This record gives sequence, structure tokens and C-alpha cells, in this order.
Amino acid sequence: MREGGVRLNTTILLFLLQDGITNGAIYALLGLALVLVFAVTRVILIPQGEFITFGALTYATLSAGGVPGTASLAMVMGIVAFGFELFSTRKSLRAAKVLRAAAIYLVFPAVVLALATLLPATRPGVAVNIALSLAIVAAIGLFLYRIAFQPLAHTSVLVLLIASVGTHLALQGFGLVFFGAEGLRGPPLSDAAVTLGPLRFTGQSIAVYSITIVVMAGLWLFFGYTRMGKALRATAVNRLGARLVGIRTSLSGQLAFLLASVIGAISGILIVPITTLYYDTGFLIGLKGFVAAIIGGLVSYPLTAFAAIVVGVVEAFSSFYASNYKEVIVFTLILPVLVLRSLAAPAVEEEKD
Amino acid sequence: MPRWLPILVFAVVMAALPLIPGMPPFWIVLLDNIGLAALVAMGLVLLTGVGGLTSFGQAAFCGFGAYTTAYITTVYGLSPWLTLPLSLLVAGGAAVLLGLMTVRLSGHYLPLGTIAWGISLYYLFSKLDFLGRNDGISRVPPLSIGSLEMWAPETIYFVIWGMVLISALLTMNLLDSRTGRAIRALRRGHIAAEAFGVQTARAKLLVFIYAAVLAGLSGWLYAHFQRNVNPTPFGPQAGIEYLFIAVVGGAGYVWGGVLGAAIVIILKEVLQSYLPLLFGGQGQLEIIVFGILLVILLQLAPGGVWPWLSSLIPIKIRRPRVDPGAALAPRPRTAAGKGPLLKVERARKQCGGVIAVHDVSFEVDAKEIVALIGPNGAGKSTTFNLITGILTTTGGRIELHGKPIDNAPPQDVVQLGIARTFQHVKLVPDMTVLENVAIGAHLRGHAGPLTSMLRLDRADEKKLLAEATRQIERVGLSGEIDQLAGSLSLGQQRIVEIARALCADPMLLLLDEPAAGLRHMEKQRLAALLRQLRDGGMSVLLVEHDMGFVMDLADRIVVLDFGTRIAEGTPDAIKTNPEVIKAYLGALA
Repeated sequence: MREGGVRLNTTILLFLLQDGITNGAIYALLGLALVLVFAVTRVILIPQGEFITFGALTYATLSAGGVPGTASLAMVMGIVAFGFELFSTRKSLRAAKVLRAAAIYLVFPAVVLALATLLPATRPGVAVNIALSLAIVAAIGLFLYRIAFQPLAHTSVLVLLIASVGTHLALQGFGLVFFGAEGLRGPPLSDAAVTLGPLRFTGQSIAVYSITIVVMAGLWLFFGYTRMGKALRATAVNRLGARLVGIRTSLSGQLAFLLASVIGAISGILIVPITTLYYDTGFLIGLKGFVAAIIGGLVSYPLTAFAAIVVGVVEAFSSFYASNYKEVIVFTLILPVLVLRSLAAPAVEEEKD
Repeated sequence: MPRWLPILVFAVVMAALPLIPGMPPFWIVLLDNIGLAALVAMGLVLLTGVGGLTSFGQAAFCGFGAYTTAYITTVYGLSPWLTLPLSLLVAGGAAVLLGLMTVRLSGHYLPLGTIAWGISLYYLFSKLDFLGRNDGISRVPPLSIGSLEMWAPETIYFVIWGMVLISALLTMNLLDSRTGRAIRALRRGHIAAEAFGVQTARAKLLVFIYAAVLAGLSGWLYAHFQRNVNPTPFGPQAGIEYLFIAVVGGAGYVWGGVLGAAIVIILKEVLQSYLPLLFGGQGQLEIIVFGILLVILLQLAPGGVWPWLSSLIPIKIRRPRVDPGAALAPRPRTAAGKGPLLKVERARKQCGGVIAVHDVSFEVDAKEIVALIGPNGAGKSTTFNLITGILTTTGGRIELHGKPIDNAPPQDVVQLGIARTFQHVKLVPDMTVLENVAIGAHLRGHAGPLTSMLRLDRADEKKLLAEATRQIERVGLSGEIDQLAGSLSLGQQRIVEIARALCADPMLLLLDEPAAGLRHMEKQRLAALLRQLRDGGMSVLLVEHDMGFVMDLADRIVVLDFGTRIAEGTPDAIKTNPEVIKAYLGALA
């Protein structure tokens, strides 16, 4: 099935490896975010794909001097979330609480919307566009949890999963409205390139590696050494126990979604200079993060990161040898892992519902 | 009201619908689509709502059914009726393969695993040359009976809804049977079910195959309804939508699947045709509204629409009366006489550095009540788990009438005549007391899934229910027989567990803290019952913290502390044993 009869030589081998590792690094970020959200909130985060596309296409739109519709979406979701917040705390309304909620749900998206409307005309630099895109997607992620998932936090994994699919559909629909059916491409983070023997590292791929490593190290420090990070881990292990010692699990959920949406947006911004992204591309990319997360057992961060690299490399090689069957191969990769897991599965009792 | 009456009414209404003069043909198409989706959703109800196994991959099984018939009818010209069994076989066969790989996985692996192979199969359908790649297979012949060729949506309508009704009946029959009770017990974890002989892995595989076959049937119908097959309707989005349908309708209810299909398909149709009028034709607004409506619905009714709706209509389905004359044959006993009934010899359970049970030895003879006591954490429940095969020993021997039973699976242990209750009650809360207790007699019935679906299991079922009724009367819970087990007090639930264990007709009854949560009078009744059982030939081994209860009842007492046996003897001897007093009250007492 070798395409065009090209034989595999060292250059191609290295190129495929490099390509695979670049993609794998992004899958690793997504896999980590999925593990994080699942562990803390029991939500299997299907809309992760939308965080990717929203991040990428918002960045591309801003770079092209346009005003992204996502900023207005964040504002509307903020208003709805504010309403939810007022309604759920209606029995104990206090000025401080209301002001705090207003700051998060109204002032923050309003400022972001104002900036997103005014700045693009002035053609700010890459850094400003990235920061603005991240802020927009972060707001969407945070408000999404408040609106769709926090009221369902006590229900079963299945109900959360269906809600997750519902939000995925709605957000994907918004993606089409905001960005249209044609794909967009963003400017690279850096035009530099380094040649090392037969390999050429673009500034973009170096940015992918370094940002992945920085985010991972950041997560590691956050979870290992901060109060907030430890609270998140505690929530992941035992919700009830965490509540009993005074951790507000709804806050943990919001934080998990905030982190996941930022990570998703970063991944999108890293990809969009490499390939054209469409409003619905994120779903498939997100699912590859899932493959990594499943291989990692939805609990282990290092294993997930390693699995993501494997997924990326397998994908690169299968697109060389059997590009038609690329997706089949990548998603079938999961089956032997599941078989191994099921053979090793201890007979533990799970109390569900 | 008898259980068939609402179904008959429904069947008549559905049959009359297309005959209404002036019925727009488009509505019939919509109803056809609802029927097709309802078939898949019904399988998901059994799989997800009842069995607790979530699958996003059902659309792929539809694909197996549709592609099988499309390929064979177009390439070999076979009649669609001949390809029906083939379609079901291919879908079922695929389910066996995927099921063997995935059903043992617990919790969230299964949904994610099913997403993965759902996508994988979708791409496979769209890449294989002989399946026509993305274009698929067109010009699939319509169904025909004699000279009647079913080109029109209103003729195939009767086939589709006939299949829906038959499938619903078969599914309801299956759920209301010995196998059905085993399936319904799956969702609450497998330990209790296995302790009464249910082969949980096999039961999971069974529902997985059943759901796949229903999906395959829907795919077969789809192929001959649309008369062309392409990969899109069998992709991951469709798989997700089927799960939606089941959850929206009410994932625990057969008719929830049908209702969910109607709600989702009509809603999508309405949104697609009216939203553009309201907002102008840009984008996929219906998807946005659909997603938002779904989240709102889940927040308002997480259990789905069907249970909410059926609570509005006060129709009580009458349970058929149990025939008190039907009796199960007593189970064959292993010959007594070869040594004591139960012999635990230097049994040991080590978990890492902790030795939970440290070389514990004791015996239980025939017609004897033995109590296992000791402070919390002494290893009593672990000893129970070793005897009943839930945990494996790391040393020593456990024998029943001289036959080693350590490390036998729980299903074999109960088969040999040891039945138990649990310290933390393990009943299925949304099943009635009668149904819960009947699980205890699982091994004494024989009806399989096929006979149950065809309702040929009634003689067998009558005996099982009669036995369950008898045991419920015996423990004094006749008044609660039709209550849901979850609505009983904790003490009553413990008594239900005893009735369930008695249903297994055991030689040895293992009771883990049976008196906890009981009032004084109830404890006395329980003691009387246990004495009566002993006098009838049964032996009882019990763990209990209520010393008054134990001292009054037990013939012999074994005392454990920190995993080690520290004393054994008659109640009077144990009361004065200095080691025991030390263990309970501390060294200085």
C-alpha cells in the first residue's frame, strides 16, 4: 500500500517521527485535559474538540483583523451563567457574593468582548491575539461548566456524558455560525527555522514542543505544590470527602473546565498554523486525545503523555503506509489496550449510580 | 390491568395511523424513521439503562446489518428475506468479537472504547472498495411479499412497526424472567449476582449481542427502506444520537426507547423546518437548539421522559398471582459424613504487608449455629469472602464435606450449597422484594434467554416465584412482597437478603451482621427463624456484633482479633475467656 512507491529511507523515517511527535505532543495536552476533567467532575469532555477549534479559529480571525463571534458567545453565556448563579444562591444573596459573581460572569466577558471588538483593527501582535483567544475560550469553558454541568454534578456518568454530547453539538453549531464552513489558517508563532543534519525544525514545531513541556510542568507543579491543585486532586479521589473537609467541589469543577478549555485553546492555536482547521475538525482531534487518555487509563498523566506520542507516531506512519486507513488504524489501536486492561482487570466491586 | 392490554391498544393505534385519510405521506416517513431508531434504542435500553453498559457504537452494528443485506442482495441477487438472518448473524458476530474485548471493562472504559471502534468501523465502511467506499451501495431491492413490492413508505411501515412491536414484546419477556433478573442485577455491581450463581460476564455479553442484533435488524430494514446504503448514517454522530434517544426517553424502560425516538426525531424535524423561518437560513441552528434543549431536558428530568410520563398516568399493571402449589425440587446434597460440613484450615489472606486473615482454622458441623465474633477489622467479613470465593486465599485450605472449595469461583460455591448475605446490603433497589429474592433461586431454574423471550419459561418461572414467595413468607415480609427493595428500611433489607439466601436452598447459611438495624422484637423473630432452620437441618455461620443475640443463639463461638483466632468455645466459655475480654475491652480491663 506504499503510496507512489516511495521507499522508506532515513530522511522520511525521521520526518515521520518528527511529524508524529509534534502531533503526539498536542494529543498529549488534550489527553491530560481530558483526564483532569474526568477525574474531577466525572464528565467525559466531548466538547474539548470545540475548545480546540474555538481557540484556533478565534486566533485566526483576530490575526486576520476580524472580530470573532466567540467573544459575543462568551458574553451571552456569562449573562446566562450569572442568572444561574443568582438563582441557585437566591436564599443567601449577599452583596459580596453578587459582586463577585458579577465580576466573573459579567465584567470579565464584557472586558474581553470590548477588547476583541476594538483591538483587531489596530493589528496587535501575535502575543495579544493569543492572549485574547485564550481569554475568550477560557470564559466559554468556565461558563459552560456553570450552565450545563454544575446543575447535573450529582447525576450519573451516563447523564453527564449525554449532556457533554449536547454541549458539543451546540458549540459545534455555533462554530459554523461564527466561522463559516470554509477552513481557516493562522499565522505561525515564529518564522524561524533550525536545520539539524537531515532534519529541519520549524519555529512552529519547536513552539509545540516547548509549550507542551511548559504546560505539563506547570500542571505538575500546580497539582503537586499548590493548595488549589491538591484540592482538585482530593475532589478527584472522593467528592464527598473533599466536601466534608471544606473543599467547594463546584469550584473544583469550574477550575477543571477552565484549565481544560485553556489547554484546548492552546492546542488549537498550536495546530492552526500547521493545518487548516474547520469548524468541526476539533471533534476528531479531541478524540485522538481520548485514545491517549484511555490508554493512560484516565488516571495516569505520564502514561497518557507517553501514549499520546505513540498515537501521533502511529498516525504519521500509517498516513505514509496506508493513508486511507489512517483513522481506522489509530482508533483500532485502542482495542488491544482495552483487551490487556480487561485481562488484568481485578474483580473489584463498583457501586454505581 | 393485564400487561398485554396497553400493548394491544398501542398496536391498534399504530396500525390505524397510516389508514387515516389525508395523512401526509411525509408523516409516514417520519414514523418509519422513528420505528427504525426505536429498534436501536430498545437494544440500548437493555444494554445501558438496564445492564449498565454504555455503548456509543450501536450505529456501527446498524451498519453491519445494512451493508450485509445491501451487498448480498445487489451482488448475488438473493431475496432480502433470506439475508435477514445473515444480517442479524453478522451484527451479532461482530458483537461477540467486540463484546469479548470490551464487556469485562468497567465504568468509563466501555463508552470510550465503543466511541473508538464506532469511529474505526465507520472509516472502514467508507474505505473498503467492495462496499462502495463513501458512495456506498445503491439500488438495493425493496422488500416484497409475493407480488407486493414495498416501494412506498406506507407499506414498509407495517413491517417496521411490526418488528418494533415484536422486539418490544420479546425484550419485555426477557426482562421479566430468570435471565432478565440476572441482567437487571448487573448494574448494581456483580458480587451479589455472582454469589447466587449468575455468570455475570456471560450475562453482559448476552445483552451486548442482543442490542447489536436489534441494531442489525434496524440496519437491515433501513437498507430496504432507503434502498441505498452509505457510511454516514452509521458514523459516530449517529451512534451518539441513539444513546441520546435512549436517555431522553428513559434508559431504563423498553417503551422509553420508543418514546425517545419519537421525541428526538420529531424535534429534529420541527427544528429543521421551522428555525430557518424564524432566524433566516444561516448555519445549523437546529443543532445548536437541539443541543441546548437536550441539556435543559437532562437538568429537568435526568431519568428521561417515560418514567415522568408514566407517573402521570395511574395505570397499575397487575402482577400474575403466584401459584402456591408450584414447588422446586430440593437441590441434590453432597453426601454428608465425610468430615465436617465446613472446614477452614489455616486460611490466610495477605494483601501486601497486611495479613487480614492469619492462619484461621475452625469448623462448622451439620445442624449447628456458629458465630464468628471479634472487634472491627478482625477479619470476619474477609473470612466470609474467602469461604464464598469472592476473595482468593493466599494459603491454607477450605473444605466442604472434605472437598476443597478455596479459590473456587463464587458461582461454584453457591452451587455446592453455601449461600450468604452481605454486611453492606446488596439488593437491586429498583426491583421488587419478590424479584430480588427470586435471584437467590437462580441456579434452581433452567430457562435460558430464548425460552424466556418466547414466554416458554412460565412453568419454570412459576416454580421460582413460588419458592421466592415461600421464603419471603418464612422471614415474615409478605406485606412488603411487591415493594421496591430500595424503599424498605435497612433492617428489612437485611431480612430480604436472608430470604434471598434461603432461596438457594443452602446447606450452610452465611450471615454477615444480620441483626444490625433490627428492633428488639425483630431480632427475637430472626433468632427463632435461625433456630428453626437449624432444627430443619441447615447450618448457620454468622458474624454479629450484638453480643446478647449471639450468646443466646450460637452453639459455638469463634473469636477473631487482628486476623487471628484467639478463642473458640461455647457462649459460656467465651464470656469468661480472659483473651476475649482483653481483645474487647483492652489489656487493663
